Amino acid sequence: MEAVAPVGTSVPRVDGVAKVTGRAQYLDDLDAADAWHGATVRSQVAHGVLEAVDLDPAFDWSQVTVVTSADIWGRNSILLLEEDQPALAPIGGKVMHKDEAIALVAAPTRALAFAAAKHVRPRITPLPAVFDIREALAGAQILYGSDNVFKQFVIRKGHASDAELEAAFARAAHVIEGDYFTSPQEQMYIEPQAMMAEWRGATCLIVGSMQCPYYVHKAMKHFLACDADGVVITQAVTGGGFGGKEEYPSMIAAHAALLARKSGHRVKILYDRDEDIAATTKRHPCWTHHRLAIDDRGEILAIDVDAVMDGGAYLTLSPVVLSRGVLHAAGPYRCAITRVRGRVIATNHPPHGAFRGFGAPQTTFAYERQIQKLARLRSEDPLALRHRLALRVGDTTSTGQLLEFSVGTDEVLGAIARVAGPAPARDGVNQHGAPVKRGRGVCFYFHGAGFTGSGEQRLAGRAVVAAVDGRFEVRSSSTDIGQGAITMFSQIAAAALGVEAHHVTVVDPSTAQVPDSGPTVASRTCMVVGQLVERAAGVVRGKLEAWAAARGVRGSLHDLARAYADVERRELAEIISYEPPPGIRWDDATYTGSAYPVYGWAACLVDVEVDLDSYEVHIARCVQAIDIGKAINPTIVKGQIEGGTLQALGWAVLENIVYKDGKVANASMTNCIVPTFADAPDLETILVEVPYPFGPSGAKGVGEIPMDGPAAAVANAVEDALGCAFDALPISPEAVGKARAQWEQK
Amino acid sequence: MSLGRGNPIAMKITLEVNGAPRTVEASPWKRLLDVLRDDLRLTGTKEGCGEGECGACTVVLDGEAVNACLVAIGQCGDRKVTTVEGLAHGEALHAVQRALVTCGGAQCGICTPGIAVCAAHLVDHKLITGDDTATARAKVRELLAGNICRCTGYQLIVDAVIAAARELEAR
Repeated sequence: MEAVAPVGTSVPRVDGVAKVTGRAQYLDDLDAADAWHGATVRSQVAHGVLEAVDLDPAFDWSQVTVVTSADIWGRNSILLLEEDQPALAPIGGKVMHKDEAIALVAAPTRALAFAAAKHVRPRITPLPAVFDIREALAGAQILYGSDNVFKQFVIRKGHASDAELEAAFARAAHVIEGDYFTSPQEQMYIEPQAMMAEWRGATCLIVGSMQCPYYVHKAMKHFLACDADGVVITQAVTGGGFGGKEEYPSMIAAHAALLARKSGHRVKILYDRDEDIAATTKRHPCWTHHRLAIDDRGEILAIDVDAVMDGGAYLTLSPVVLSRGVLHAAGPYRCAITRVRGRVIATNHPPHGAFRGFGAPQTTFAYERQIQKLARLRSEDPLALRHRLALRVGDTTSTGQLLEFSVGTDEVLGAIARVAGPAPARDGVNQHGAPVKRGRGVCFYFHGAGFTGSGEQRLAGRAVVAAVDGRFEVRSSSTDIGQGAITMFSQIAAAALGVEAHHVTVVDPSTAQVPDSGPTVASRTCMVVGQLVERAAGVVRGKLEAWAAARGVRGSLHDLARAYADVERRELAEIISYEPPPGIRWDDATYTGSAYPVYGWAACLVDVEVDLDSYEVHIARCVQAIDIGKAINPTIVKGQIEGGTLQALGWAVLENIVYKDGKVANASMTNCIVPTFADAPDLETILVEVPYPFGPSGAKGVGEIPMDGPAAAVANAVEDALGCAFDALPISPEAVGKARAQWEQK
Repeated sequence: MSLGRGNPIAMKITLEVNGAPRTVEASPWKRLLDVLRDDLRLTGTKEGCGEGECGACTVVLDGEAVNACLVAIGQCGDRKVTTVEGLAHGEALHAVQRALVTCGGAQCGICTPGIAVCAAHLVDHKLITGDDTATARAKVRELLAGNICRCTGYQLIVDAVIAAARELEAR
């Protein structure tokens, strides 16, 4: 028996050496000296009618290809959930937001392409634009449907009518009510969006930076009006995604394909950083109104939430983001009567879209601020209060889902309590000699792993494990975007096969050679696709062993695979499709039942130091304890948690997108800032493993959960330090300064 | 030399890249980053922002870590440049590269070459030691603050850089 690199050990990343030596080939590193460069002409008007696209007659167009909506022979829409978003604003039709794509140019050099783009002149007749969600709700301008509501949900538990809900509030000893605002956030992957297209006969070949090859495939089939073989999508090494390369790459693929077809050249589109920040999707800003009814014993009688998100100008993934937001909005707390309402609204902002956490960070911020206010009201220890109210096995969630297993509440809260230590002294002086106020905040939260409701069943993801020429291959469309998917898959497959990890190759995701395993999103890659890989590997092992037994062949599985290849002269491949775990029931009409197959559970502790001269909030300490079921590769899991945690801390105190008249006013890394090494505290990470019976080796999702909680923990800590509430993000020096009159009195 | 208007005249410029003399014919205004990536096909140096904020294009120019997107090739004549391709000796990785792999300091990897170049420069010049105290870690953070990573939260990179410094000290 060969040694196995077991699941649960931190084997080095498969792609580690390629990345530290600079050999990994991202899209712009591919040898493509012959490729032309594409550039995008964008609207500087937020809402209007595109009358015409004129070309500057003084410019030399002889070496430039220009494409407008008139060149689209298929369907002018980027298909995802709906068909409302065009690839290029239609001439004679509407422009819906600033920086919307209107025309494209391609030229032999990037410099010429960008110069030419400046000489394309859209003629737009402006219409009144709407940027405020309240104005959009009031119907100032109708941008979508009849009421600007892209999607709404109402989830009810324990009451039949609004009157019954209000009766519960009337019975309450205390009602805690608040409005919470979270800001838009840029993913800021360090590799900007990048895509290349080439036509070989009637087949379009797309390679690029992306999370979801089959999303691009679906959109391109629709856009090009071709069948499944008419377009091949291949992921290049991808320099970060965080949701930002979930839906938008389909748009750039469409653009590159148009330019390549018309110019007759391979065409590469690389976004400038400024363009990427201005035009591509960001986290939905959200306004959450939250009410808690509390009885005289401090139990939660009723929860009522109303969350409103700004979807921007097109629907994109907004209904699904809203869904995750509302499904998490009541929080991981016991409560018999809950109502959660959610709406996502059309405005003339550039579309908001997928970003790690996907709606849950917004509503988590609201409920964890509310729970903190409850702790202050009752003068109860914040951790003890959460421990007292938290969901456990046997309880039901806001959708009526009975929690039967893998609830890590006690483990994560206990882990934080054990390491917390004494709270920092309130008053002090920092290293710059400035007076500071210190405070501590905690939060407790959960995150559903995998797709919502019946999503996984509808998707029916597939993965293949194959014995090929004495080696083993994993074929799936799950991409490695830095999160370690290929390393994790090779560990899962190797363990199930009983071979060394280096005998397993994870095939590069291309729609020509891997099945559709579903998108690389929703914390589903390890739990859902990893489980398909584990099952497929188990079947391949069984079949190889049976084949060998029938022929008296002995040896390791690796030896058997070699013998099989020698004798049979073909591969032994097993394709496995998703099957829901037992007991999953979900009703899309009432939004009740098993919202997710399982949840991750987490607790976070943050100590802050507020500089009373500069008003900066310094994160002095951050501890996260997260129940992820099983860490397939603990170092990789730790890296996922710490990366998500810092994105959340950045969102809490320094990241922001500033819109001015519908345009991103800070579209540059100089003023759209993210945390640097110097901004980040040392991060303390505690891995908690309460196994999920239907995940690979017990694993649940990990990618998103660390993003959900820390912002609330920071706000709770700042409230502890200064004695006044901070209910909007970011808690920037400007925000602390504005609240000065409040905290100076404390 | 053109002052940035019209078509600047291409010049022959010789510089030392990773220990070997290289001559390029380029406008003196061309960014060192583009010369490395396009003329010399050393694509390990990455572009993340093009304005000196992210540090993905960090190279060492005559003993100083710089952003190659902010350096014109005209400034580089007869000077020495080290890129990520110059860190390893054949298949033998630099201690910083090895530690980034073993400690989990690389995720998506697009910032990694810049961080590896900067950190290798710092540990080679003993500006970072193997101490793992809070003060020492704060110093690592200060010295690497010009390199942005969006994946890791920096913790495992700091671990890796200190581990590499410790390994070099032990030699």
